Amino acid sequence: MTEPKSSALFRAEGLACRRGERPVFAGIFFELAEGAGLLLTGANGSGKSSLLRLLAGLLPAESGTLYWSNAPVAADRDAQRARILFLGHRDAVKSGLTVLENIEGWASLQRAPSDAGRTALAAFDLERLADLPARYLSAGQRRRLALARLLLVKRPLWLLDEPQTGLDEAATERLATTIENHRAGGGIAVVATHGGLDLPGAERLDLDVAHRAALDAMRAGELR
Amino acid sequence: MSVFFALFGREIRLVLCQPGEAVLAMLFFLLGGAIFPIALGPDPALLAIVAPGILWAMALFAALLSLDRLFQSDYDDGTLDQLMLLDLPAPAICLAKALAHWATHGLPLLLVAPLLALGFGLSAEGIAVMIAGLALGGPVLSLIGSVGAALTLGARRSGAILPLLVLPLYIPALVFGVGAVDATLGGFPAAPHLMLLGAFALASVVLAPWAAAAASRMALD
Repeated sequence: MTEPKSSALFRAEGLACRRGERPVFAGIFFELAEGAGLLLTGANGSGKSSLLRLLAGLLPAESGTLYWSNAPVAADRDAQRARILFLGHRDAVKSGLTVLENIEGWASLQRAPSDAGRTALAAFDLERLADLPARYLSAGQRRRLALARLLLVKRPLWLLDEPQTGLDEAATERLATTIENHRAGGGIAVVATHGGLDLPGAERLDLDVAHRAALDAMRAGELR
Repeated sequence: MSVFFALFGREIRLVLCQPGEAVLAMLFFLLGGAIFPIALGPDPALLAIVAPGILWAMALFAALLSLDRLFQSDYDDGTLDQLMLLDLPAPAICLAKALAHWATHGLPLLLVAPLLALGFGLSAEGIAVMIAGLALGGPVLSLIGSVGAALTLGARRSGAILPLLVLPLYIPALVFGVGAVDATLGGFPAAPHLMLLGAFALASVVLAPWAAAAASRMALD
């Protein structure tokens, strides 16, 4: 092995992403140790969501490599999927089911213990609404229901896309605490945010820079 | 395996908590079929001849009616992302969804098809073979339909494109299904037709989930 081993648990080297003809970002590097946090910032359209989807394996990278414990994640996609909890900007809440049915549905799909659903609801203060059909929830309540999924099973890598959207102050604080606990237990959190949520001691990755780099590279390619 | 059945059960629960769509497909099948005797005139001999074809064609149309929502609602609300991250291969996810679609939309047709067939004056053995054919062909309609539903994910007017993609692929099921009933009515054994239909069903169980998985992954890009 000529390549130096890194002590980081989750590592990205030169990630680039392209949607159709349009380059979104290029040259993303990061190294995250156990318990690390990474805040993704940047303007709308700079590719925060795309990067999170790419990290989750939902989107193919145009170039670059992701490593987990120094092994490329592409070598074992199943293992990588089992490490991830992904929370997109859409809530994946089913309006026809009750709040409890929603969370217990995910609990059984993720092989969580049978009481995990109720515990998770309690953590985000949704117990009272357990038997309410989810179509009656407000946007913030739906978001809390989506966040409750974080507590069903233990996964080392959290990928959260604007998790605080629509939350009131109390719920935002609860979310921050939840992420803190996750990191204190050695988990990694990668969070896209416009502000309103701060991870103490987290690294920041400004995607505007990576976005401009990608656009410049494209223009250079065109001029050549 | 437990995740597969959890997903299957969840899909069925989702349909049952808003059963309107499944009931609609069943009523469409009944009413659409009942239009033909009115249009063609009350000649019993003619109706008995055209009955198998009409019932099968109506079953295809009824299946198409609900298929465009199979992946679309999960795609719209972000559920599909989450499903793709489950500890379950994508083809198994598509298989669970297609089988749940059959259980909620195909099985009810089996229950009301004898009523419609009686209305056409189909003989008892004709009805029996008709039901056997629909029982084998129903999963085919849902499985092949799931490929079309995944391919049209995110497309505008997917409900209009879906039949164009899927109907040609339904033709073998239609040919063998109608052929089985015709054979019985003509005094020939229906078994060869049903066996071919069964073979087609097995082939679609094996192939369709992979195609649907590839198509839905493409849609998530």
